[in-house]
Amino acid sequence: MSGDVGWWGLAASLIMVAAVAVLSWRARLRLERDLAIAVVRSLTQLLLVGAALKIIVDQDTWIGFSFLWVAAMVTFAAITVSRRAPQLPGVLPVAFTALVCSSVAGLGLLFALGVFPVEGRTVVPLAGMVVGNSLAAGVLAVRRLVEAVSERRADLEARLALGLPWPDASRPLVRSVLRLAIAPDIERIKALGIVVLPGAMTGLILAGVDPLDAVRVQLALMYVILGAAATTTSVVALLGTRRLFTADHRLRPIARDATLED
Amino acid sequence: MALFALDAVTVAGAHRPRLDAVTLELPPEGVTVLQGASGSGKSTLLRLLNRLEAPDAGSVGYRGEDLAARDVLAHRREVGMVFQAPVLFPGTVADNLAVARPADEPAGLLARAGLDPAAFLGRDADTLSGGEAQRVCLARALATRPRVLLMDEPTSALDPEATLVIERLAGELADDGISIVLVTHDADQARRVGDRIITLREGRVVAP
Repeated sequence: MSGDVGWWGLAASLIMVAAVAVLSWRARLRLERDLAIAVVRSLTQLLLVGAALKIIVDQDTWIGFSFLWVAAMVTFAAITVSRRAPQLPGVLPVAFTALVCSSVAGLGLLFALGVFPVEGRTVVPLAGMVVGNSLAAGVLAVRRLVEAVSERRADLEARLALGLPWPDASRPLVRSVLRLAIAPDIERIKALGIVVLPGAMTGLILAGVDPLDAVRVQLALMYVILGAAATTTSVVALLGTRRLFTADHRLRPIARDATLED
Repeated sequence: MALFALDAVTVAGAHRPRLDAVTLELPPEGVTVLQGASGSGKSTLLRLLNRLEAPDAGSVGYRGEDLAARDVLAHRREVGMVFQAPVLFPGTVADNLAVARPADEPAGLLARAGLDPAAFLGRDADTLSGGEAQRVCLARALATRPRVLLMDEPTSALDPEATLVIERLAGELADDGISIVLVTHDADQARRVGDRIITLREGRVVAP
C-alpha cells in the first residue's frame, strides 16, 4: 500500500523533530526537554494503542471489548472536562452525562443509518473521533460557563431578585454559553477543504482510497461530529447551569479562577 | 410586629463570619438604615432579607413568619431589591420593566421613579446616565408591587445630584407605605434618610 510507513520511515520523520530540538538548543528556547517527553510519550502511547487496536480490530475478538474501550474513553474524557472547571459544583457527573449523550447519539447515528458497519475495525476509531471532539467541546463549554457566571453574577441576581425562577433568570446565560461554544465548530466546518484537509479524509487518501469516497466518509463524520459536539455543549450548559443554583433559587458562590487559565 | 426579626443569625465567611450571631428587629414603617464600613456585614444582612443568601445558623422571620418556610419567588416579589451598581438588562427601558412581569402600567412605574415615561420608555438601557439607570432599576423593582424595598448602597455609584434624587424617592416611597431598608457606608446619608439607624461592625450589631 502506498501509505505504508516502515520503522525506518518513522525514524526518518524524527529528523524533523531533531531539527526543532537543535533550533531550540541554539536559540536557548529550553524546549528540548518538553520536546523529548512529547516524542517519547506520543510514541509509547500510540504504539500501545496500535497494539491494542490490532487485537480489537481482529475479526475473532469479541465486539464487546470495543465498547468497553469506548466506555473507558468516555470516562477519561469526562474526567478531563471536569478538571478544567473544578469550581463548578457537580461538574464530573455533568460532563459524564454530556459525553455519554453525545457518544450514544453520534455513534448511534453512524451505525443505525448504516454509514459504517458495527465491527471491531470501526467502533473504536469512530468513537475516538466523536469522543475527542466532544471532549474539546465539553472543555470549551465548562470554561465558558464559569466565565459567564462570574461576568453575569449581578445580572443573574438582579433577575432572581425580581422573583424570576432560576431557569428564567439563567436563560440569557445559557444562550450566550451555547452560542460561544458552538460557533467555533461551525467556523471549522466552513473552512473545511479550504484551510483544513481533515484527518480521516487525508488518512483514507494516503491509504489509497478514491478521494471522492474519502470526502463522503469525511463529510458524514464531520456532520455527526458537529452534532455530537453541539450535544455535549448543550447538555453541559443546561445541566451545568442547573447546578449553579440552589433548590431555593439562590446563585451559588463560584470561585473565579486566575490559576486555571490555560 | 417586626418587619424582619433576626435570631442569632450567622453567615460564614472565608476568614471570619460575615454575620456573627446577629439578633435584631427591623420596624415595618419608614426608612431603616443599615450603616457600617465595608466588611461590616451590612450587605450580607440585606441579602438575607430577600433570600439571595441563606443563614448558616439562626433564623430570619418576616412579619411573624419563618422566612425559610415562605415561597421564595413570591417573597422576592413582595420584597424588592435595588443594587449598588445599577444592573440593567439588554434592551430598552420598557424591556427592562417587562422582565419583572409588571403588575402595573410601565408609564406609572417610571413616573414614580421620577422619570418622564414619554422620554424614557423607548430609550436603550445602554444610553442612560448612572442616575437614570438607578431610577429605572427602582421603577423595575416597584413593578412587582413590593411591600418592602431593599436598597444596597443605591447611590455609591452616583453623583451628588442623582444621590439626592434617590434619597428623596426613598423617602416618598416610605411615605406611601413601602418599608425601606437601605444600606450605606455614609453616616451623613444615614442621618439624612434614616428614621432608624442600625450600625454594624465586623459582622455584629453595634449597641446604639
